[in-house]
Amino acid sequence: MIALDPMLEGDVLWTPLLIVVLKVLVVFVVGLVATMLMVWFERKVIAGMQNRIGPNKAGPFGLLQTLADGIKLFFKEDLLPRRSDKFVFALAPFLSLVPAFLAFAIIPLGGDYRDGNDGVVTWFGVETRVQLADPHIGVLFALAISSIAVYGIMLAGWSSGSKYPLLGSVRASAQMVSYEAALGLSLASVILISGTLSTSGIVAAQSTLTDWHVVATGIVPFIIFLIAATAELNRPPFDLVEAEQELVGGFNTEYSSIRFALFFLAEFMNTVTMSALIVTLFFGGPQPISYGGITLDIPLIPNGLEGTIWLLGKVLVFLYVYVWFRATLPRLRYDQLMDLGWKVLIPGSLAWFMLLAAQRLARNEGWNVFTTTAAAVVVLGACYALLQGAFAISNKTREREGAQF
Amino acid sequence: MGYLGGFLVTFRQHGRKNRVTTQYSGGRLFKRKKRSASAMDVKVEKPERLHGRHVLNRYEDGMEKCIGCELCAAVCPAKCIHVRGADNDPDNPTSPGERFGWIYEINYLRCIHCDLCVEACPTEAITETKLFEFSFTNRKDAIYTKNELLVGDDGKPRHMPWEDWRPGEDQHTSAWMRATASAGDASFVGVVSWAGERGYGVRAAEATQAEADSSADTSITSDGTTSSSAQTKSSVTH
Repeated sequence: MIALDPMLEGDVLWTPLLIVVLKVLVVFVVGLVATMLMVWFERKVIAGMQNRIGPNKAGPFGLLQTLADGIKLFFKEDLLPRRSDKFVFALAPFLSLVPAFLAFAIIPLGGDYRDGNDGVVTWFGVETRVQLADPHIGVLFALAISSIAVYGIMLAGWSSGSKYPLLGSVRASAQMVSYEAALGLSLASVILISGTLSTSGIVAAQSTLTDWHVVATGIVPFIIFLIAATAELNRPPFDLVEAEQELVGGFNTEYSSIRFALFFLAEFMNTVTMSALIVTLFFGGPQPISYGGITLDIPLIPNGLEGTIWLLGKVLVFLYVYVWFRATLPRLRYDQLMDLGWKVLIPGSLAWFMLLAAQRLARNEGWNVFTTTAAAVVVLGACYALLQGAFAISNKTREREGAQF
Repeated sequence: MGYLGGFLVTFRQHGRKNRVTTQYSGGRLFKRKKRSASAMDVKVEKPERLHGRHVLNRYEDGMEKCIGCELCAAVCPAKCIHVRGADNDPDNPTSPGERFGWIYEINYLRCIHCDLCVEACPTEAITETKLFEFSFTNRKDAIYTKNELLVGDDGKPRHMPWEDWRPGEDQHTSAWMRATASAGDASFVGVVSWAGERGYGVRAAEATQAEADSSADTSITSDGTTSSSAQTKSSVTH
């Protein structure tokens, strides 16, 4: 069995095959359109926050501005720097675009998860889930794919044969690799609570508001995940990769025309995907808001479709949050970025994971939960003190050796 | 609130109407509301000293002011001006004096409208209009030749097909230059040190600093009148 999707169990027939093809098409098109709208949304919202108007000429409310930009970029001259590594230079945009689309494949895009329904819908007499793929490894796939995206950026900078892109890509790989750890560790808390890696399983585990992992895991893993995801996406305030003031344009300085557009597309696609992933992991994905037996139900719409609407609404909130970040926060300095990643987020998420694990163990073994939690907190406090001690000593050593920073 | 206070600041701005962007005139919104073309397409007021597309002025008798000295080309930081002088034909001179501007070209793809050429010009031959609404669609159009830059017999700039001139707008060709004529010496403020221009004659002296301050915010409207708002700034004490 490759997938958990009930459609693909047993012999593979024509109808399931066609449904899969249809899903691929829909996910691809939805991804593209969502990206297009995301660019517009971001420009509009950030314009609003900066007392500007934003795009308003192409199409109603400027909706077609991205399309116009895309068409323009298609017809622009494609420059190939003389000192670039031609093959890798051409390959890099695709290496960053393809993962962006792949990660979108495991997001449950709808379906009825109420009353233990497991998100199964019936299409053309076949039971299936409203997501392209539901592999057992689920969220690990998302993590793996998001780290592959580093290669696109790294190779782009490396193959450009120019200084600033190289610096930008070195920053990018360091940043993405360090925040990957925090991302994975905060994800571990979610997996610990839900007991499954499969995204549809994770969604199914969040049937009521208190079961939403943002509440169930305590809010800390969510906050760490949100920050680490922002860094992983290279979005402001963590956009050191393309820090315009320092690096001209970062890793994509030498890119022009459609190759540049592909990077741009991948970046915004990743934002959409990451928002959807956050919603899936922490906010119940297509689940409606439900608390104490009362479910907010949108009347007249079948539950399967309603899931899509809920997901869309939740994703929109997070897209707004990302734009909000960009409008509000100034860019971090490079050492601040590394400090935040390694000294705060990774120990923080690790500690929280340990705390949750201790609680889970106490429940499984029948120990007193409060005593165990208290003991865990004491141990973690001691660890914190040790960590701070280590930082203090390393700072002193650094000063004694005459470092300049 | 510390760090999080900033989020409130940006959030409060979202949806407010105090936008700094000035909307372009015209467009879909106006078409949908079925407004007439003339009503919808009003240009925004411009400052009196705006730097726009250049003109080459002429004396009242029709002679060209340019003497082909190439000082404008020399001072141009964008290197967008190309001038070559030539000797005047004694029987049929183009400009008073020995030499005249034989070739005069400005490349508007390079011009940054810094106005240094205007300041450098010893005969006030080149000045800037208030027009910046000219967008060409090929590179040849971007290079204005002498024929295109030279004012017509009525003293007004030539209107190229791609330029968006409005009635009255072409009267403002040399307004701000008069303030800093004669090397910007303050003692020349309010003194006409400006030869007569074709179509205009000797233009009136510009207001002194004190006068200008008392009627601050002078700007040019699209119908060619100079409007000054009633708001009074405190005059500068010397």
